[in-house]
Amino acid sequence: MASSTKSNAKSRSQSSKPSRNGDSAPLLNKDLPSTVDHLDLFKMMYLIRQFEIACGENYSKGLIRGFLHLYIGQEATGVGAVSGLREDDYIVSHYRDHGHALARGMDVNRVMAELFGRATGTSKGKGGSMHLFDVAKRFMGGHAIVAGQLPLAAGLALAQQYQKTDALTMCFFGDGSTNQGVYHETLNLAAIWKLPLLFFLENNMYGMGSSIERVRAGGIDFYPGIATYGIPALEVDGMDVLAVKEATDVAVGKIRNGEGPQFIEAKTFRFVGHSLADGQKYRGQEEVKEWEGRDPVLTFPAKLIEMGVVTDKEIARIKTEVDETVAKSVDFAEQSPEPDLSQIYNDVMV
Amino acid sequence: MPEILFREALKRGLQEALENDPRVFMMGEDIGEYGGAYAVTDGFLEKFGPERIKDTPISEQAFVGAGIGAAAAGLRPIVEFMSISFSLVAFDQIVNMAANLRYMSGGQINVPMVIRAPTGAGVQLGATHSQSFETWLAEVPGIKVVCPSNPYDALGLIRSAIKDDNPVIVAEPALLYGDKGNVPDEYYEIELGKADVSRSGTDITLVSYGYGMRPVNSAADSLEERGHSVETIDLRSLNPLDIETVLTSIQKTNRVVLVDSARRTGGVMAEVAAELQQRASEWLDGPIMRVGSIDVPWPYNRGLEREVLTDAGDVLAAAAEGYGM
Ligand SMILES: Cc1ncc(C[n+]2csc(CCOP(=O)(O)OP(=O)(O)O)c2C)c(N)n1
Ligand SMILES: [Mg+2]
Repeated sequence: MASSTKSNAKSRSQSSKPSRNGDSAPLLNKDLPSTVDHLDLFKMMYLIRQFEIACGENYSKGLIRGFLHLYIGQEATGVGAVSGLREDDYIVSHYRDHGHALARGMDVNRVMAELFGRATGTSKGKGGSMHLFDVAKRFMGGHAIVAGQLPLAAGLALAQQYQKTDALTMCFFGDGSTNQGVYHETLNLAAIWKLPLLFFLENNMYGMGSSIERVRAGGIDFYPGIATYGIPALEVDGMDVLAVKEATDVAVGKIRNGEGPQFIEAKTFRFVGHSLADGQKYRGQEEVKEWEGRDPVLTFPAKLIEMGVVTDKEIARIKTEVDETVAKSVDFAEQSPEPDLSQIYNDVMV
Repeated sequence: MPEILFREALKRGLQEALENDPRVFMMGEDIGEYGGAYAVTDGFLEKFGPERIKDTPISEQAFVGAGIGAAAAGLRPIVEFMSISFSLVAFDQIVNMAANLRYMSGGQINVPMVIRAPTGAGVQLGATHSQSFETWLAEVPGIKVVCPSNPYDALGLIRSAIKDDNPVIVAEPALLYGDKGNVPDEYYEIELGKADVSRSGTDITLVSYGYGMRPVNSAADSLEERGHSVETIDLRSLNPLDIETVLTSIQKTNRVVLVDSARRTGGVMAEVAAELQQRASEWLDGPIMRVGSIDVPWPYNRGLEREVLTDAGDVLAAAAEGYGM
């Protein structure tokens, strides 16, 4: 990979150009903002991976039902992106939302309980895997109509603008959602109103079984076309958590600076099927293998160890700790009560 | 009591809310510079400025969705459709988002948003501009739907709709914007979900809402001229639906004609009829009579459109057929 960050801007000023170039890892030097904690980034990616593995197991056992979309392979993208936000920023996600929710710091036990449909779940068992919410953490869903979350995010950003704060909204969406009309509507609306909205495209090359080439005129790169809306766009290597964080920092900085909406396209890949019901007939294992070779949950700690930032032992300690957290969340979910039937009638109206 | 137009009543309610609550703002196509397709928001842009009177692109999905997001973040948006027929392109946001958010978040998110939309036929706009989709929306749990029939109700209902913490659809019959009615200067609200017994009588109950109250009122006049005592009920609210008021009335009159000005099939009165057949059969002296507009796409031609649209003659024919009145 020659450069992990590209931009749609015709001429890039030095100041806005992310510093990362080539395979060296300048972010690991002393220029690093002290807020970047590599171990935290690793820990969160590993947590998401293990959480998703546990979800898969419990789906097979029939304890989790419905549609279950795992985030395995995309951890660096979600973790890098969310790590660039403040507590008062909003996050909006789609149905592949576990990674974003955990990265935002949502309670692991309560998220797992929600997937189990239990009363202790984040939505009292009434939302499920595709509908995670935590308003206290400003995690505003979990939306399962493809692209439907985009205008909602624009509205949250509109409120932030109306209230004259410098908080912003980050909205995740997939490559498949760009074929919905409301995607275009929202880009335009955000641009004309200069909303503090960060469009975060997770381009994992497929929407269910449809490769981008089969469903999109114009190829696999989305970021160059975003210039049409007058929105600056960056492309970033979504398998590189530091590159994602860096690109996010750049975009977030511009938004807080009053420059209006920004767009990031992270190239990433899900190593597993679209959902647990997916036999993956539409793609070859070679392609999957190739991407798995760049697995951020393996390559990132390896790099940290190689550079002497952490030791084997520290990584091992984190893994043990996380494994316990995940196991506990499964226990918590399993031991939690089913919702009372009276809950049927609650929360329909205020 | 001073007489004002239906559109002025709405305007008064909106203006009060904009003046009294800084969280209230409006979005819609041509509500600002142009003054609103039906002139309800005329002059608002000058008064309240472009931050609160937001002209939108022709992107119903995006601006309805943005309204929902803004409401979820604590503002109180009022969103306008040029026609309820155009709500179709935003149904995903209204139904999947606005109506479901509270439930699927386990009560974490409220959507205190008002969606206003001109509704109904009668002004020769043809098939795509004359429909009454408040009937579709009334089925959806999680949103309220109201439809005023006169200026007094228009003001009382819009006030309550804006104060309500749920998404509320206010369907405004396009044929009524120019109607006059008495509206007091003293402040009042009308509770959402309560029907109005707009005329008391003992021989027959006529039930409708919105534009349908016009044929109902004129049929009631004719029946009274013939010596019958007529009770009329204006549902005002389609969700929640106030069946109790209708039941109480039927226990007195033992006769009922249900009147939709929307298409007959699948209209609100189909739901009312189903409830009544279960709960009021023992009180009724005849069949539950139901009237609605003819089930065809709305024609443009004046004569054809009038024939399709429910009128007083249809109501009288039903009273005659069902109860020999
Ligand atoms: C409006 C709508 N159409 C279809 C679906 C079914 N569906 C769910 S996810 C999906 C693919 C979306 O792909 P993408 O946006 O690339 O996200 P990814 O799953 O790759 O993360 C489809 C077709 C849906 N949920 N909503
Ligand atoms: Mg995809």
